[in-house]
Amino acid sequence: MIKFAWQQCWAQWRSGDLHVLLLALIVAVTAITGVTFFTYRISAHLTNESGLVLGGDMVIIADHPIRDALMQSAVEEGLQYTTTTEFPSMAIVGDKNQLAEIKALASGFPLRGDLTVKLSRDSNAISGQYTPKQGEVWLEPRLANLLSVGIGDKVELGATELAVSGLLMREPSRGGDMFSFAPRLMMHQTDVEKTELIQYGSRVKYQLLVAGSQQALQSFSGKVSKQLQPGERIQDLKSARPEIKSALDRAEIFLGLAAIVSVLLSVAAILLASSPYVTRHIEIAALLRCFGASKADIQNSLMMQATIIALIGASIGCLLGYVLQSLLSGLAGTLFLERLPAPSYLPILIGFSVSFSIFFALMFPNIHVIKNSPVIHILRKESETKAVGWGWKFLPITSVVIVIIVCIAKSFQLALSVIGGILILCILCAGLSYIVANSLYRFSQNGYLLNAGLMPMIKIGLANLKRHWLLTVTQVIGFSLSAMLLILLMIIKNDLLNAWQDSLPADAPNRFVINIQPQQAEQIEAFAQSIGVANPQAFPMIRGRLVMKNKQALSPELYDDDRAKRLISREFNLSMAAAMQQDNQLLEGVWWTSNQHASPIISIEQDIATALNIKLGDTLTYDIAGRQIDLTVTSIRKVDWDSMRANFFAVTPPETLSAFPSSYMMAFYLPAEQTTALDALIKQLPNLTVIDVSSLMEQVRSIMQKMSTAVTYVFILCVVAGLIVLYAALIATREGRIREAALLRAFGASRRQVSISMLSEYLSIAALATGIALIIANAVAFALSHYLFNIPFTFNLSLAIYAFLISTLLIPTAAWLVIQAYLKQSPKQLLNSI
Amino acid sequence: MTAQQENSLNKFPAISAKNLCKSVGDEAHPIHILRDLQLEVRQGESVAIIGHSGCGKSTLLGILAGLDYPTKGQVAVEGALFSELDEDARAAIRGRRMGFVFQSFQLLPTLTALENVMIPLQLAKKKEARDLAIASLAAVGLSERLQHYPKHLSGGEQQRVAIARAFVSQPAILFADEPTGNLDSETGKQIIDLMFTLNRAAGTTLILVTHDQQLAEQCQRVCKLEHGALSLLRGGNE
Repeated sequence: MIKFAWQQCWAQWRSGDLHVLLLALIVAVTAITGVTFFTYRISAHLTNESGLVLGGDMVIIADHPIRDALMQSAVEEGLQYTTTTEFPSMAIVGDKNQLAEIKALASGFPLRGDLTVKLSRDSNAISGQYTPKQGEVWLEPRLANLLSVGIGDKVELGATELAVSGLLMREPSRGGDMFSFAPRLMMHQTDVEKTELIQYGSRVKYQLLVAGSQQALQSFSGKVSKQLQPGERIQDLKSARPEIKSALDRAEIFLGLAAIVSVLLSVAAILLASSPYVTRHIEIAALLRCFGASKADIQNSLMMQATIIALIGASIGCLLGYVLQSLLSGLAGTLFLERLPAPSYLPILIGFSVSFSIFFALMFPNIHVIKNSPVIHILRKESETKAVGWGWKFLPITSVVIVIIVCIAKSFQLALSVIGGILILCILCAGLSYIVANSLYRFSQNGYLLNAGLMPMIKIGLANLKRHWLLTVTQVIGFSLSAMLLILLMIIKNDLLNAWQDSLPADAPNRFVINIQPQQAEQIEAFAQSIGVANPQAFPMIRGRLVMKNKQALSPELYDDDRAKRLISREFNLSMAAAMQQDNQLLEGVWWTSNQHASPIISIEQDIATALNIKLGDTLTYDIAGRQIDLTVTSIRKVDWDSMRANFFAVTPPETLSAFPSSYMMAFYLPAEQTTALDALIKQLPNLTVIDVSSLMEQVRSIMQKMSTAVTYVFILCVVAGLIVLYAALIATREGRIREAALLRAFGASRRQVSISMLSEYLSIAALATGIALIIANAVAFALSHYLFNIPFTFNLSLAIYAFLISTLLIPTAAWLVIQAYLKQSPKQLLNSI
Repeated sequence: MTAQQENSLNKFPAISAKNLCKSVGDEAHPIHILRDLQLEVRQGESVAIIGHSGCGKSTLLGILAGLDYPTKGQVAVEGALFSELDEDARAAIRGRRMGFVFQSFQLLPTLTALENVMIPLQLAKKKEARDLAIASLAAVGLSERLQHYPKHLSGGEQQRVAIARAFVSQPAILFADEPTGNLDSETGKQIIDLMFTLNRAAGTTLILVTHDQQLAEQCQRVCKLEHGALSLLRGGNE
């Protein structure tokens, strides 16, 4: 039986019947494995990249010394680990003192990324895993300047004195609240005790950094998250850096969406390609049964053939998927490739499962039809083959598609929405194509078209739309589906890339100046203007602590959420402004008017409002420098944290807090060549603190750049899948076309006339399919941009025009290419060949 | 099947049909294709069934060969009730005892001439399928065309392949449905000669459906199907 099944498969391959089906299956597996291989590597890479930001793959932060049990768990999972202790303190040199963010390190820091440090006045900076030795400290150049010390000098820290042995040029792991940044001082952990700085009640952040394999990290995270004690929390990139988190989330959603599109397109191609395959098998089965084959023989032979085809499809698909992801990784840049972790074997398993499940889900209902088709079919072609109901025919494949989508998107809702969307598309296509086919038929038959030149052939082409209306509907659905998915992906891709580019334009602020005294604000604004910043604006900053909500005292214990606890237990910055920042969006309430500029009202950022359960109309009591003020919430805003611009959780009208002590802050883009001008300003105004976020922004940019590249290449993969659908749809209807062409030729039509008839039919189908696809794609893109990606949707007219032109050109041309070789043959040869 | 069983089969007619009826359409407006039709074909006999287009010749052939069910009546093959067996049992009998030649040749376009002829042997799980198929194709003069696909063969050649396929499993009964219907007269004549030569050599029972009088004349008995019943035109006792 295996031999017979193999012979059947081989015969069908040689005859060309299997080409499209196998090609579509290979594309499905290639797309899925390629995307899975690639997305797995990208996500593993991005996780590693996040390690560069955190200093490890994962960080446990505690407000008490790291417990031994946590370190023990890390050792048990085979993870590397190190610890750090951070606290603010004054660094003193003679009569100068300066608040510094102290970071005490154990050996091995950082586990991911490098520190860049200059160890002597004359040597170059070196990068790597270095920590200051016992009795030594490294200072950020800004701190060294403020304290007027250099390498070899001594710094007083609490009860001890430590030698400056290096200048810390770059610290990759500097995340968190950038406005609380004082300049960094790094020391060895064993010296902390000698400083006697950590006393009961000191604000100290203890960190356990771990690094290792994904599997070990997952297991560690699972184990540790259950044992976390009050004051302990796990931090990864997503919780540490909201701007990278949202970019990452969008990239993940897009790549998942691209994988889903590949699956859908491939399944559509396989469905289309299976139609002639099944028809052929009905004929073969009838003949075999005529020669004595039992139903079981037919079924076994078909199952065996399906296994062979699925096996070949899976093997070649996985191989191509692997090649494809190597190619994509290679194209994505040398740096990218070097850093990408090795692909896992999981996609191969996925590839085989997908190949078998798709092919068997498709073949099962058909096997039933084929083995039960009447043997009399051999004598009377018109004898009816008992078709399986629509439900049974599409239920297995729909279920498989839903499972695949759920696995990729990890969302049952999304899978159902996609299937629902496709159903709506099918109904819409069927309805519209029926109406259009009928209208064009009437238009072509009612004498609107002259009976001269090529018009009669165009009439035949247009009339065909109605004559084969089921075929027309099938083709419109096939083309519409692929066009819609590709257009949708194109719209989202463009919106996504634009959103990324917009969020970090070349002149996005890279310096934050804080501690500006009110009388210095104008001078700083003038400086910013002098280096080319348009409309520089210094924002007032008032340190305040939220103590009551609606006159009820707030305390961390009232909240379960870690973030809420933190927000309640610390001061944060309030600001004042007359107008809302341009990149903010008002979600609830109204912004204040000019006559409310001194009113006790406040606008709160959406996330903080959710975390602290603050509603419009609530009265918030802030404690500012020992004085309390009640402020009523009049609006809730959404803030675009991706923008890197200065933004505040809480904003009041411009005069509400003018009685409270405030400092100012300003964010601006400082071109590299202006660094000395800023240094001169700092010398002149030594109280200013400048936070340099340029290296941090470079990291964000690099991650976004890599994601953009990945998104573009994965999109190309989907386009290839779309082209296969087109090819499959054309091959599926080729036999009918050839028969018709042969008859027209037999009745005296020239090759040109036959081509015109066919082209006019396909042009109508293409225009209809693309029109429907454009409407639905834009509607879905709007919904996705709005609800899933949180990016603004803009209707792209040029994309719509290009998509329309390309598909109305491509579909008829491809149809002509598929059939033109046959048109060269004589009508008799043509009829013999089908 | 043992030799004894084979011998006992010879006592029975190759095919016998009793009170065969076949109707199509709905109950309110039935179209009667066969009405109480009787037929008995002796082993080794050749019978031609003629009639105008649409009179039900192919339907009768299909029922006799077990490809279709009668609405009423019975068909027995070599003494065994055939029409009341299930599909698979009839298929098994077809595989062992019957061969077919069709008007439209019914060659699988995806298989070569040799592979097409091998099909019945492969289904019967014969190990020497390839050698037997080559010999059978040689017998119809197509030794040079073994690896050709149907679309590369002329109509006459395709029907020769179909004849080779029909005889390769040495059937006891051969059903032929308008075997020359798609061929020009010269080629048709050659095909008739070939088929009858092989038939005589193998001693096969032949039931032939045709509207070609010349072809029918070659058979020992000629019956005409008209108004759903058979009438004897020449030979036999009916």
